Amino acid sequence: MKRPRMSPSAYVWLLLAAVYFILPLYSTLDFSLKENKAGTPCCTLHNYGWVIHNGDFWHTIKISFILALETIVISLALFVPTIYLVHLRFPKLRPVLAFMALVPFVVPPIVMVVGLLKTFKWTPNWYFGTPWGFLATAYVILAFPYMYFSLDAGFRAIDVHTLTEASQNLGARWTTTLFRVILPNIRAAALAASFLTLAIVMGEFTIANLAAFHTFPIFLQYVNESQGFPAGALTLLSFLITWAAMLSLLLVGRKRGARGAIVPATR
Amino acid sequence: MTYLQLESLHRSFGSVKALSGIDIALGEGEFLSLLGPSGCGKTTALRLVAGFDRPDRGRIVVDGKDITGVAPNKRDMGMVFQAYSLFPNMTARQNVEFGLRIRGRDKGARRGRVDELLELVGLGHAGDRYPHQLSGGMQQRVALARALAIEPRVLLLDEPLSALDAKVRVQLREEIRRIQLELGITTLYVTHDQEEALAISDHVAVMYGGVIEQMGTPSEMYTAPKTPFVAEFIGTMNRLEAQVVDGASGEVEHAGIRLRIDAARGRQNGDRVLILIRPEALELHAAGNGANGDANTLSAEVVTQTFLGPVTRLKMTGGLIADMSTARATALPVGANVVAHVPADGVQLLTLTDDLPDIGEGT
Repeated sequence: MKRPRMSPSAYVWLLLAAVYFILPLYSTLDFSLKENKAGTPCCTLHNYGWVIHNGDFWHTIKISFILALETIVISLALFVPTIYLVHLRFPKLRPVLAFMALVPFVVPPIVMVVGLLKTFKWTPNWYFGTPWGFLATAYVILAFPYMYFSLDAGFRAIDVHTLTEASQNLGARWTTTLFRVILPNIRAAALAASFLTLAIVMGEFTIANLAAFHTFPIFLQYVNESQGFPAGALTLLSFLITWAAMLSLLLVGRKRGARGAIVPATR
Repeated sequence: MTYLQLESLHRSFGSVKALSGIDIALGEGEFLSLLGPSGCGKTTALRLVAGFDRPDRGRIVVDGKDITGVAPNKRDMGMVFQAYSLFPNMTARQNVEFGLRIRGRDKGARRGRVDELLELVGLGHAGDRYPHQLSGGMQQRVALARALAIEPRVLLLDEPLSALDAKVRVQLREEIRRIQLELGITTLYVTHDQEEALAISDHVAVMYGGVIEQMGTPSEMYTAPKTPFVAEFIGTMNRLEAQVVDGASGEVEHAGIRLRIDAARGRQNGDRVLILIRPEALELHAAGNGANGDANTLSAEVVTQTFLGPVTRLKMTGGLIADMSTARATALPVGANVVAHVPADGVQLLTLTDDLPDIGEGT
């Protein structure tokens, strides 16, 4: 079959969109390949070498990455069973959950962090003084909208009632049903939610800064203020990390599509 | 001996009474269809048996044991759903195997049983396919194999064919019956399709408004409906409102015409009755062929002819419907004046108390 031809105006819009996205990246790349010496010719990988050999880079990226994983695990453990139950038994609560999920969007981060700091001030130091306690809690709240809306879309795409009843009818307990029937069928949604959370945590600055934790975005901001050219290299590397995450999502999603179809929801 | 017993089951949803006390007793290995229009309570009854819902009152007894309060995953009921219910992340084989895995059967036993069941439903070749690679009919076959794999005490089928096209529906319903007879499994089948229910069941229970209107063999339901609703719902029926004018001789009057009906003998004069005549029992002749003025005839004009293959259905003025051989029907085209002979015997008569429920045109 012959493909319909794109109109010339479509090419113009495509070009404009490409320029909008590619130009800043190209400028950052160009900037990251320069050296802090007047008259040196293009190009050098010196700034990338500086980043890779910087201990703080590895230290902070490790903290942020582990924090992201912790946030993902806590969020999935909290929200998957909750949303499953809401879909299965309490569908009237869906609008309430959707409203609650919008709160982190509406409340400015500065207000949220001040409130959280005051709320959790009484907690022991192992919780309040480490990123794994307080900061992870804050990030679970921050990731709630992304988790909720992704997972909700995943649950809406399958016939939760019929699959659950079919599984129970065959003798499965609800935990077996959740892990062996429901979870594999919302895998794409759970992965999307996880990678969005990863992206948020890897880039979150306000809460970490005000709560005085040394995470990757804090390091990025510090380098940006003190050393211009390595900051460009650092920015591109953080982009690459995010892209790698997105690409893996795409690959896993495609693999899933080849294996199983989604059962359309009937209720 | 009774194997599955539903005793006075009641279930309400808010102010809506879904079941108002139904009683069913089914012997081991028997096939019962719950038949009725949407909202009559048939699926509610099935869900109570499966354990997905609890009755407000009443008991469910299987093989002498009260299972009313038992959780659905401990009831050993195999169920095939109306919606496609195969687990999309598993192949056909894994779907069938699921219940056996839950029960901790060893790999060898599982493999043998799954192969056997896939062969039984005619899908021995499709075990490695995922649900989205199977047609609707194949998916329901796998769902049937999955339900049978756990050797259920009762097989529950909730309108399993309603999403399939007509030809596959007929094929699959025959297969369901064949397999049910082969395995001798007690089966409860929910459907709104009376043809389907009559074709494959040992017993049919017609439900309406949360109660069982009548329960009997398919033949009893067709030939001797006990309520106007059953008469209307099972097959197509001519229904003529009439009044008994001479109970001694069985004479009734319908639209000013006197008809002699055997079943009217012994009725009180003045009784309002409903004459029920199957379309195939009404004999049609062209008017003026010497049939005019005969006893027990109604005059009418042919309004439509519907070709149904070997028979043609004629609809006439006065709401009369008659089925006759297609060859003979060509002599009675649309617009032809006809006389319809009402046989005195083989016609049902019901006392007319209230208006019949409107369930659309029975087919």
